[in-house]
Amino acid sequence: MATIAKEHLTKEESLIEELGFDDHFHDHHHGDKYQSNFITTYIFSQDHKMIAKQFLITGMFWALIGASMSIIFRLQLGFPEESMAWLKPLLGKWITINEAGIGTLAPEFYYALVTMHGTIIVFFVLTAGLSGTFSNLLIPLQVGARDMASPMLNMFSYWFFFLAGLIMFFSLFLSTGPFSGGWTAYPPLSALPQASEGSGAGMTMWVISLVFFVVSVLLGGINYITTVLNLRTKGMNMWRLPLTIWAFFVTAILGLLSFPVLVSGLLLVMFDKGLGTSFFLSEIFIGGAPLDHVGGSPVLYQHLFWFLGHPEVYIIILPAMGLVSEVLSVHSRKPIFGYKAMVFSILAIGFLSFIVWAHHMFMSGVNPWISNFFVLFTLIIAVPSAVKVFNWITTLYGGNVRFTSACLFSIGFVSMFISGGLTGIFLGNSAIDIQMHDTYFVVAHFHIVMGIAAFFGMFAGIYHWFPKMYGRFMNETLGKMHFWGTMIGAYAIFWPMHYLGMAGVPRRYYLFSNFDTFSHFTEMNKFITVAAIIVFMFQILFVVNFFYSIFKGRKVTTKNPWGATTLEWTTPINAGHGNWPGKIPTVQRWAYDYGKDGREFISQVEPLAEGEEDGH
Amino acid sequence: MTSIIIFLIIALIMVVVVQIGKIADIKGVLDNEGEVHMSGNDRQGVYFMIFLVGFMIFCVASAYYYRNWMLGYGPHDSASEHGVILDQLFNTTLIFTGIVFVLTHIALFWFCQKYKYKKGRKALFLSHNNTLELFWTAIPAAVMCFLVVKGLTAWNAVMADTTEEYMEIEAMGQQFNWMIRYPGGDNLLGERNYKLIDANDPFGQEWNDVKNLDDFHPSEIVLPVNQTIRVRITAKDVLHNFDLPHFRVKMDAIPGLPTYFVFKPTITTEEYREKLRPVPEYQALADPTDPESPMLWEAFNYELACAELCGYGHYSMRRVVRIVTQEEYDAWEKEQESWYNQTVKGTDQDPHKAKSEEEMRLQKISMQKEAFQNSFSSVEAGQTIRLDNVKFLTGSANLEPDSKYELDNLIEILTATYPNMKVELAGHTDNQGNPASNQALSQSRALAVKDYLITNGGIAANRLKAAGYGDTKPATSNDTAEGRQENRRTECIIISNK
Repeated sequence: MATIAKEHLTKEESLIEELGFDDHFHDHHHGDKYQSNFITTYIFSQDHKMIAKQFLITGMFWALIGASMSIIFRLQLGFPEESMAWLKPLLGKWITINEAGIGTLAPEFYYALVTMHGTIIVFFVLTAGLSGTFSNLLIPLQVGARDMASPMLNMFSYWFFFLAGLIMFFSLFLSTGPFSGGWTAYPPLSALPQASEGSGAGMTMWVISLVFFVVSVLLGGINYITTVLNLRTKGMNMWRLPLTIWAFFVTAILGLLSFPVLVSGLLLVMFDKGLGTSFFLSEIFIGGAPLDHVGGSPVLYQHLFWFLGHPEVYIIILPAMGLVSEVLSVHSRKPIFGYKAMVFSILAIGFLSFIVWAHHMFMSGVNPWISNFFVLFTLIIAVPSAVKVFNWITTLYGGNVRFTSACLFSIGFVSMFISGGLTGIFLGNSAIDIQMHDTYFVVAHFHIVMGIAAFFGMFAGIYHWFPKMYGRFMNETLGKMHFWGTMIGAYAIFWPMHYLGMAGVPRRYYLFSNFDTFSHFTEMNKFITVAAIIVFMFQILFVVNFFYSIFKGRKVTTKNPWGATTLEWTTPINAGHGNWPGKIPTVQRWAYDYGKDGREFISQVEPLAEGEEDGH
Repeated sequence: MTSIIIFLIIALIMVVVVQIGKIADIKGVLDNEGEVHMSGNDRQGVYFMIFLVGFMIFCVASAYYYRNWMLGYGPHDSASEHGVILDQLFNTTLIFTGIVFVLTHIALFWFCQKYKYKKGRKALFLSHNNTLELFWTAIPAAVMCFLVVKGLTAWNAVMADTTEEYMEIEAMGQQFNWMIRYPGGDNLLGERNYKLIDANDPFGQEWNDVKNLDDFHPSEIVLPVNQTIRVRITAKDVLHNFDLPHFRVKMDAIPGLPTYFVFKPTITTEEYREKLRPVPEYQALADPTDPESPMLWEAFNYELACAELCGYGHYSMRRVVRIVTQEEYDAWEKEQESWYNQTVKGTDQDPHKAKSEEEMRLQKISMQKEAFQNSFSSVEAGQTIRLDNVKFLTGSANLEPDSKYELDNLIEILTATYPNMKVELAGHTDNQGNPASNQALSQSRALAVKDYLITNGGIAANRLKAAGYGDTKPATSNDTAEGRQENRRTECIIISNK
């Protein structure tokens, strides 16, 4: 770019100018024919950065819906005697009002809310909203690519997700209600409209929505993998990739291998439901009549479901781990401790995640002997997970830690991952699982370890890369309030649930008062509900901060506000399509040279000094 | 209106908070802090220390506060043999994880405080340390090995099907309750076929299978203490889960795929109540609105729940479980009537109908015999004994076949008990029809009885007198059908017993 005077260039810019790879980017076309008007820029955009924002904002929309649902069912659990008549305008016939004017939530709808909450948060928010956002945003930027391998498929990936969301949204308004058989959709309940109203049209729409969703994941995943493998810039070998990219890469592989199995399971349920097959149904007497289905096994469905379902929890948590690793390193001003160990941990977790699925099924009637293997593999996962935790903590050791909101959420993530991960050691041991299976102990475990922790990773990512997305900072004061409110509040919600689980209280109960054993915890349930409402308010604060900052946030004045080494911070503040206006940077060193040789940080584009060893 | 006000207040608070945030931002810019505003950074480190202390106190205090409700702590020991091992395993795991939890949290938050940003300080360049990493890979690996071995040993022992003598019951989940089936006297549960299920046969029991005939369906589960129990767990419609929290028992109920769980209850309901007696949490009234109601500990019952989502009534599948001594159990079991006897026997569904009808006839006859003999317990001259079961075909003097049983009984009395007794056999009719023909009919019926006694019993003819009274001696009014029925009768009047 001869038009830019050399003396105005920053050090990184001149290095790119000097060492970068000239792909004649602007020689091919003048202007940007792919983003020439409003529609191609903001709606059917093929720019990975815009698609990332689309995933993020759609994810936030779904997060609000999913969280609101949880508030409604928490009100039922915390205050079952209070009138819900005030929700009548929103929920209509699902609230029945008696002569005394007391409104009651219909149990059918309670279960629909629980089901939708799970589906929405797991798939739409923590898969699409988290992995979709940051894989899109960071993979091309951090590997030094102009865009994804296939921007077109990438665009389709978002719009299939959008379509899936649209169908799911419409299913909320069915007269028989949305699907209500739990997010795991175990047949026979999910296959028999006689067994549950929501298993009629609600289930059909739920399945169609998820099939489109899987299409979205696969289109995205194949793109991420191809981009990481083929579009790395010169010098960016696999050992120089930031941990974010490693995490997204393994996540995409997991998704590609596991999501199709979910679709096969769901299709077979639909066959059982509509075509009279017997994959999962056998010897059922319902609605006053015996069914003809004989010979199927409901346990088979559970195998198919959890073959996705378990990798799915790593699909959710691995990107969060990647983001946190990066943020902790940048804000501690230190290299991530044990980079290679971190990479091998990600690979080990990714591999192991495929051979532990039946630990969800210890009490499902599978042969107890088989459980031996699943216990073994499950508890082995604790080892790479522990390594990661120790490495994060050691990354803080000796650092110069800047407590930005992103950094706070990363620290919070580590705390949540420890707390929730340790309870996994109880549940993964089948003997203890006899008592803990399907109790609130499980609810506490997975909400902390893959719900809250993944959200914390996502928040860390949003606060940290917001300047890259919008050229402005999010408000730090509000961010810190958001962090402390969520950190304290999340523990207030989920920590007491361990005690419920130890008392044997089953999950998915609309009311506890039918059982003497489960009805001792009225005060605790009220406390949890109040905490949930407060935490929800803090999330509203986050949303306000997010949209406020897009338009009114403090402007970023330099390309690299956090003083980070990775390539995304060498692009212009508001990078256009193609990311780098001139040459693509080439990579000279690993991604974590912080505090090396007395220097604050050394960008990946800076060549190794004479005799200097590369990183790790 | 209230909701609008609440909404406005929340919106207002948001606006205020955003303004506060805005001011802090502007202040940072005015103070020329650069891109990353670091004022207030020190405070965050302190907050982490406060959080650490508060969090640890919260964890310990809440656990202490709830200890008496939690299973395995306070009074809530496992009420089954294997449950004790599981509780120990839980506590072993709790110790290991507790140590890790506390140490990692102290390290995490302490480093936050100690290494918080200071202007001009250089961070340590520490990219890895193989010894350290090997060390903290090996330690968790060793702990996990220990837990896996301990856990699997327990698991394989608990889940193994029983080889010792056991008692089997069946629990069938359906929307939305549990059906319970006991094997009855033969200790064997009979065959089932889901296609046979209907209101009279809730389990679809095959009545051809004799093992089914003594199976009974109690409304609560009653089990003898210290007996190995094998629960056969089945489902009628969708998945359910057989959950006995006090016994550490849990297993899915699956349509078409029976599962089982073997356990041995060790504490009777009464003993468990005694354990709960001194616990402060159990001193409240069971029903707070009723001052007459028992205390919580007195009202305590083991409960069976469902722990697998099965539809909108999932939360209501309760059954009471009572653990009793062997003697109490035997007494209870004796009281139970089999479902077959109660509901099916003798109906069209009963494949043993013909057989059981014959059985019932014989039973009836033997009851008649007993009653007949009782009516001869004291005998005086002139006493009249009605031969209720001696019946004639309509309008004739031919005996109905079953009449012979009563006449045989009479023969037995006249030969064995009172060999000298003389009796009159009296025939009566109602007042319908011609009195003369009534008279003749009654006479010939009395003679028919006499003939039978002579021919079949060898009773001397002089001990018997046959008399027909027609409608002249009605026992009651002839105005009603019941009365006339009553009047058509044969009597045996004792003449003498010398």
